[in-house]
Amino acid sequence: MLLLENVRKSYREPDGELLPILNIEHFKLAAGEQVVLRGRSGCGKTTLLNCISGLTAVDEGHITIKGNDIVGLHEVSRDRFRARHIGFVFQTFNLLPAFTALENVLLGMTFTGQKTDSHRAKQLLEEIGLGHRLTHKPASLSVVAQQREDIARALVNQPSLLLADEPTANVDPAHQQQIIDLLRNACEQENVAMLLVTHAPEVSEQFDRVETLEEINLAVATNPSP
Amino acid sequence: MQQRALASSLTGFSMALGVALMILVIVIHEVTVQQFSSDAQGYHLIVGGSKGGDVQLVMNTVFHIGNPLYPIPYSYYKEFIDGRFAPYTKAAIPYCIGDSFHANGWRFRVVATTPDLFDKISYGAYDDGTDKHYEFQSGRNFQSDHFFEAVLGSVAAKKSGLKVGDKFQPTHGMSAEGSKHVEFEIVGILKPTGTANDRALFINIEGFYLLEGHAMPAEDGAAVVQHDPHAEVDPNDPNRGRLPLPEAQREVTSILVLCNNDLGMMTLDQAINKGKDRTAIAVKPGYLVQDMLDKIIGPVRLVLMVLTILIVIVAGISILVSIYNSMSERSHDIAIMRALGASRTAVMGIVMVESILLSLLGGLVGVLLGHFCLAIASPYVEAHAGITLRFWQFNWYESLLIPGLVIFASLVGFLPALTAYRTDVGRSLGGGR
Repeated sequence: MLLLENVRKSYREPDGELLPILNIEHFKLAAGEQVVLRGRSGCGKTTLLNCISGLTAVDEGHITIKGNDIVGLHEVSRDRFRARHIGFVFQTFNLLPAFTALENVLLGMTFTGQKTDSHRAKQLLEEIGLGHRLTHKPASLSVVAQQREDIARALVNQPSLLLADEPTANVDPAHQQQIIDLLRNACEQENVAMLLVTHAPEVSEQFDRVETLEEINLAVATNPSP
Repeated sequence: MQQRALASSLTGFSMALGVALMILVIVIHEVTVQQFSSDAQGYHLIVGGSKGGDVQLVMNTVFHIGNPLYPIPYSYYKEFIDGRFAPYTKAAIPYCIGDSFHANGWRFRVVATTPDLFDKISYGAYDDGTDKHYEFQSGRNFQSDHFFEAVLGSVAAKKSGLKVGDKFQPTHGMSAEGSKHVEFEIVGILKPTGTANDRALFINIEGFYLLEGHAMPAEDGAAVVQHDPHAEVDPNDPNRGRLPLPEAQREVTSILVLCNNDLGMMTLDQAINKGKDRTAIAVKPGYLVQDMLDKIIGPVRLVLMVLTILIVIVAGISILVSIYNSMSERSHDIAIMRALGASRTAVMGIVMVESILLSLLGGLVGVLLGHFCLAIASPYVEAHAGITLRFWQFNWYESLLIPGLVIFASLVGFLPALTAYRTDVGRSLGGGR
């Protein structure tokens, strides 16, 4: 479902030097598979997620999702592909404060090029326990509810791949498991592959496959503190 | 916009004020031009003494502004009635100007004329091309054989407080200190016409000739009718026992001439201005007024338009600054949308739409505000200038405002939109490496 081959990404430092961030020869994720990606801060986890989603262009290599090499796609097509096939769950939820819960979820459907389906959005919000808060704005929701809303928005287009960037980092330990369970169950139900970045060992130990970025990212070896 | 309601409202309001000012300038200019133009409609020529200039003749006769002109002999006027100019003339209305009336701190021009002014001459035309004829809101036209009857323009009646049945005494000359003439009875008050005639009082020219100081000295040997002020007068005699002044002792200030057709107008114009007899000059008021509008009001309007356009530009720049300053706080929202699949051009478009919406909403509010101001000012302007401003008085220039604002807002929104286009998603989402 997801295949990375010889993916390289560097950033130019203020002094003009190129700083390698990613150098991944091979990384694969099967359809519906749930994988934890861990690594120390600054080792390129977020850059990797941004490259997979097409938000950040790689310097070279191939990123293939559902048979489509997104590196070769025109930027507009890549954006459309991201809207349709990739869901994002953020550490800080990234909900638009002026929008209601329903509007935030519908926003996730806005850029697919297809008609928004408010029935699907409402259904999803009900399934994650926010059916009675459709018209609530993020500020009036608890942190956990906001993260649930973020998850609903990520899944509303029935993506093939869910990228979750430390989704429990801002959630208190008491509710951390709720979020993980919600993510895992939702992905299972919708057959969505998930790449979850986390620092929490209690989270990663629940997954069958855990990858450490330092091990697959050769740039870390050449540049110990990227 | 919703997130930044106060800032958006204020920037939109600044645009509204700019547009409202523009509307006021456009409509007031249009109404002024209409007013000046319609004042000079309904007849083809104004004939006056050759010693005065054509501008003075028009200002004096049409707009009731300035000092009276050098008069022309009554016999010259008679040429239009039954003389050499008569074949080309449909109507000739004599004007005798020189008296005034003062009331409530206002000075009104008293115009001595014949009833034909209101019966045979129109003032402007409706949109369908039909002539606008004088109508009376109360009373009737004065009668030619009732020497001391008068008709008032609507503004003159309103400001002076005079009504049908009242009497007033014209003052000799334009100064309030001039001697008072005998009384004239008001028999009619005109409906508003939106012309300078709204601000004038019209008296029967026959009565005017009989007023003190208005008769020319009789020629040697000519019979002079002397009036005995102590003679017994029949109280039912509308002319108070007076006989008409002999024509030899009469003069007219100017003549409004309605010609049979355009050929007649050209013939009369040639005959009066280029003939051997240089007693009088003939002016085509429409041409002259248009010339005056072009030379006087045109530049003033241009200056006002430039000023209001500058105001709108400043309002537009305030929209630019407002949106641009908020770009740092918006970059996060833009990054979220980009992560959800919005293309760079889509987020650029969202910012452009915001700029256009702010300008358009501000512009529409400005249009309403401008017309609301017109409606508010209408009674005052109507009372003082005889010009009626209406809330729905739209000008076709206003229809250019909307596409103009869209283009302007697109230009204004382009810079912040470009910033949105270039938003670094990774950095704006607060992610590390």
